[in-house]
Amino acid sequence: MKGYRKYFGKKIVWFLITLVVAVILNFLLPRLMPNDPVAAITGKMAQGVTDASASQRIYEKYQEEFGTNKPLVEQFFIFVKNLFHGDLGTSFSQYPRKVSEIIASSIAWTIALQFPAIIVGWLIGNILGALAAYIKKGFDKVLLPLSLFMSSIPAFGMAVILLVLFGVRLKIAPTAGGYNYDMIPNLSWPFVKSVIAHYQLPFWSIVLVSIGGQAVGMRSMSIYELNADYVKYARFLGIKDRTIVRYVFRNAMLPQITGLAMSIGTMVGGALVAERVFSYPGLGSTLFTAISGGDYPLISAATLIITLMVLTISFVLDIVYGFIDPRVKAAQFDS
Amino acid sequence: MKNTLRQVFHSSKFVAGFIIFVGILLLITFYPLFHPGNPLDMIGVGTFAEPGTYVSLYDSVGTDTETLKLPDAADKRLDAVLGKEDRIKMVAWLSAMEVDIEGLDYMDTEALMDLWRANYDDSARPNGMTKAERNYYKRLNESLSSMGAGGQMKVFENDAAGEEQQIATITPEDYVNVKNVANTKTLVLGTDNFGRDVLKEMVSATRTSIMIGLIAGVVATAIGLLLGLLSGYMGGFVDDAIMFITNLFTVVPSFILLILISYSIGQEQRGASVVALVIGLTSWTWTCRSVRSQVISLRNRDHVNLSKLSGHSLARILLTDILPYIASYVVMAFILQVSSGILSEAQLSLLGLGPKTTEVPTLGLMMNWAMLYSAHLNGSWWAYFPVILMITLISFSLNLMNTGLDQVFNPTLR
Repeated sequence: MKGYRKYFGKKIVWFLITLVVAVILNFLLPRLMPNDPVAAITGKMAQGVTDASASQRIYEKYQEEFGTNKPLVEQFFIFVKNLFHGDLGTSFSQYPRKVSEIIASSIAWTIALQFPAIIVGWLIGNILGALAAYIKKGFDKVLLPLSLFMSSIPAFGMAVILLVLFGVRLKIAPTAGGYNYDMIPNLSWPFVKSVIAHYQLPFWSIVLVSIGGQAVGMRSMSIYELNADYVKYARFLGIKDRTIVRYVFRNAMLPQITGLAMSIGTMVGGALVAERVFSYPGLGSTLFTAISGGDYPLISAATLIITLMVLTISFVLDIVYGFIDPRVKAAQFDS
Repeated sequence: MKNTLRQVFHSSKFVAGFIIFVGILLLITFYPLFHPGNPLDMIGVGTFAEPGTYVSLYDSVGTDTETLKLPDAADKRLDAVLGKEDRIKMVAWLSAMEVDIEGLDYMDTEALMDLWRANYDDSARPNGMTKAERNYYKRLNESLSSMGAGGQMKVFENDAAGEEQQIATITPEDYVNVKNVANTKTLVLGTDNFGRDVLKEMVSATRTSIMIGLIAGVVATAIGLLLGLLSGYMGGFVDDAIMFITNLFTVVPSFILLILISYSIGQEQRGASVVALVIGLTSWTWTCRSVRSQVISLRNRDHVNLSKLSGHSLARILLTDILPYIASYVVMAFILQVSSGILSEAQLSLLGLGPKTTEVPTLGLMMNWAMLYSAHLNGSWWAYFPVILMITLISFSLNLMNTGLDQVFNPTLR
């Protein structure tokens, strides 16, 4: 067990370090803005207030609420303390709603949309890539340029094309939102049906975009493996083709899992922008409204949550990888 | 070198990508020469004018006319003027009068008019039709007969004294040659929500976006290459320190970093080059990692050791003994960085964090405007589809070149 413990220990330490850095960056960067964000918000909130002392009082009240009148280090510790209590401050653009409340209402949409889509795209892409490497000939000749083209379409572009094609032209799917606008979220059958109908287009746009890149990567990996000495040796021994393909697929799959861990951040980023196209009620749309409303507590919280999500996924993938990569197992026997 | 180039240009994928990319470069170089002017000029007052050739109605009145007697002119005129609602009403009348309308396409003006002329009777009283509706059909029938035949039109102008002066009489058979009309404008891709010429704007935007991609690519590749070389070759503490930072920024999603930095820079300071710089500064990590692993496999080669024993400086060893061996790899990484830089700009702009909007258009900003003004919902495809296509073509051509290079340098992949 020692090998595993060392591997997992290392991964956990890394997770914690990156977490701390992410929190620091999230705290620091918005506060490095050249112009005072609190002043900007006061300006917006105190529009039409002519009395200078009144707007001064508004400014001071906001300073108090955001704690910007204290030194930076003290602010940071207050920020971290509040973070542990799940308190992310008050939103400006949707005052007086709490940021944590807004995030809580949108995070489930994002998770439910993005992770199944990315996983499905990853699976289909890998299967296609492996097939292209194995069958070669015509299939590969068509699939490789096609995958390259598909992976070149930006996620938001795919979203817009699907939206216009199926939502606006063919009218077989709704064009915006996560459910019918006249419904109140509950667990009734019509509501679930509406959610599923609204789910289709965003889901497939993310799947289609992620297929291409994964297929190209898997194809290269599988070709490398198919030309490896152990495959030639296995053929020489007369092992059945199907068994060999299974070995090859397993070995080519491993780097694809790390590849997924590395690219999950980019994929989530693209999918967040696609959310905006569909006005899907997830973190991407929240982020967009926060940015256009100059709502920096909300931006900071949304980015922090997304970072946390990506960090956790990479961490989980690393742990899974530890279990299935024979080399980690080998390290375990060595020690 | 020459041999490598020849090999590269034998790869069909590389050549295909290269041709597309050069085509785009030629477009952005030569189009502005033939169509000069500020791409941000708002030539249209309304929003989203459809693509097509616009002929000045005012100028065409004074232009010399020719008389052409075209047999189907009346039908075409009717076809253009007759609205969808009127057509549906006509079909409704016909079916109310129990006329056989099997297989009638109401958009087929000729068939519809034939049936109408043969069957309309203003004294008829279809079942369940009110008097107001019957009067509507009477008016419709009158305007239909006048539309098809077409009467004369008189054009008046206010002279200096404010009196109305007739300056022209137009008959349905008068035609002007478009060449002779003083003002015509062909808008290949129509106008956008601000009334700007989309094609001109997109050419300029493509140029800016490629510049952003190039700057971001150069910055990212330069940082990644330098740190990767140092980290891979020197090892030890330098390696540990550099890899610590690199791993950190690989895990923290660069897109989030990009959002935070762009936001903290503020709208005013955010020009196109600043955005490019920020993209470059947040995306160097994977280049650094891959360069490092390549260098590690090279650093114990004999020629490197020989160089070391001869007392050559660090810079010289890196530049002459290691860099040439990973050059092809660095070029491929650079191409990928350019392509992802263009994409990053587009995504940032769609979140409202793009370059400030008053100076230059970029592909992402155009996309953002199209979305803000719901071009995708109101059928103005020309405002967003060419932009998506352009981004796709740019990254497709770069990806193709990259795959081509990959197959040349890794022959097993062919």
